[in-house]
Amino acid sequence: MYDGGKIIPGLVVFVALALAPMLLGATLGQGATKPQLTLPADEKSCIESTDYMRANHMQLLVAWRDQVVRDGQRTYVASDGKEYEMSLTGTCIQQCHTKKSEFCDRCHDYASVSLNCWSCHVVPEEQKG
Amino acid sequence: MRADRRTFMKIAGLTVVGLSLRPTVDALAGGEQVESANQTAPTGALTAKRWAMVVDETKCWKDSGCTDCIEACRKAHNIPTFDDPKSEIKWIWTEQFEEVFPEQAQRLVATASLAGKPVTLLCNHCQNPPCVKVCPTQATFQRADGIVMMDEHRCIGCRYCMVACPFGARSFNFRDPRTGLDLSKANPDFPTRTRGVVEKCNFCVERLAKGQMPACVDACEEKALVFGDVEDRNSEVRKLLEARLSLVRRPELGTEPQVYYIVS
Repeated sequence: MYDGGKIIPGLVVFVALALAPMLLGATLGQGATKPQLTLPADEKSCIESTDYMRANHMQLLVAWRDQVVRDGQRTYVASDGKEYEMSLTGTCIQQCHTKKSEFCDRCHDYASVSLNCWSCHVVPEEQKG
Repeated sequence: MRADRRTFMKIAGLTVVGLSLRPTVDALAGGEQVESANQTAPTGALTAKRWAMVVDETKCWKDSGCTDCIEACRKAHNIPTFDDPKSEIKWIWTEQFEEVFPEQAQRLVATASLAGKPVTLLCNHCQNPPCVKVCPTQATFQRADGIVMMDEHRCIGCRYCMVACPFGARSFNFRDPRTGLDLSKANPDFPTRTRGVVEKCNFCVERLAKGQMPACVDACEEKALVFGDVEDRNSEVRKLLEARLSLVRRPELGTEPQVYYIVS
């Protein structure tokens, strides 16, 4: 190999630099801080189980959206038989997760998910303060 | 490993079978799907076969300069206010009689004297709506009860519907509507819109679902706006239409508007 004496150390330096963030992170880093969610004070459970909501809240909200707007169906019957109005602002935000910035946003920021719900749907509490 | 042609074909065949297995397994396993069956229509909602409105202008003109219906709609639906008329968002508004009913403003007909009077305009919720036909995303659709509605989630802002509507009942959000609104006074029960979508009167579907009459109808002290089911022979709108002479806008176009006007 021509210039092997330069190429091989060069490659070693390149690989070391490229891997440095991962190696440093694994050895010295503390990892990203998990999002701390503020849960509603006076409600023990969401409309469905926590696991279900964690995995499927987006599909549920999309189903709500289509049901309300396109079919005019506005009442959701949960699996435990309780009835809720299908309304993002009216039910989710006003009744439980009154601080969007401490619930929705924390997780979505952590997961780097950007939503466009709030460009139209109103968050009443947070407008004031 | 040195693969001959035969081994290669075998492996390729097995791979294809293997790949086709995944969707089958997924389909059989069912996956987690959001049930759409466990939802019901709201109780206490107002329902109709075909919603319609009668605007009794003879009552409306008694109180000239009144904008109660327009203000009520503005509040109920978070409609922004912009000074620039090109950015104006209109759900319910007024125009002069001769602009609204040009064919009624000829010099020699009885209604000619009405020139200059303000006529209350809103989406006609046509029975045969051209806006619905042209919408490429079905963002505008017609409900079973005749209401022509916008699904703002689907609107891509192409404005075909604005071209198709012969009544100018649709407005485009050229600007972020929240800049023309005081958000702290916004009605939280109704979303604002976003820049780049078309909007119009929705006959207050959200109020009908709660058993309330449209905001403009409730706000009118003269009771000039009458709302109801035209297919119901006993409804107030039907009785009014059978008793009085009424006009609709541009009947020759065949869109069959469901907003009727009593002008004399």
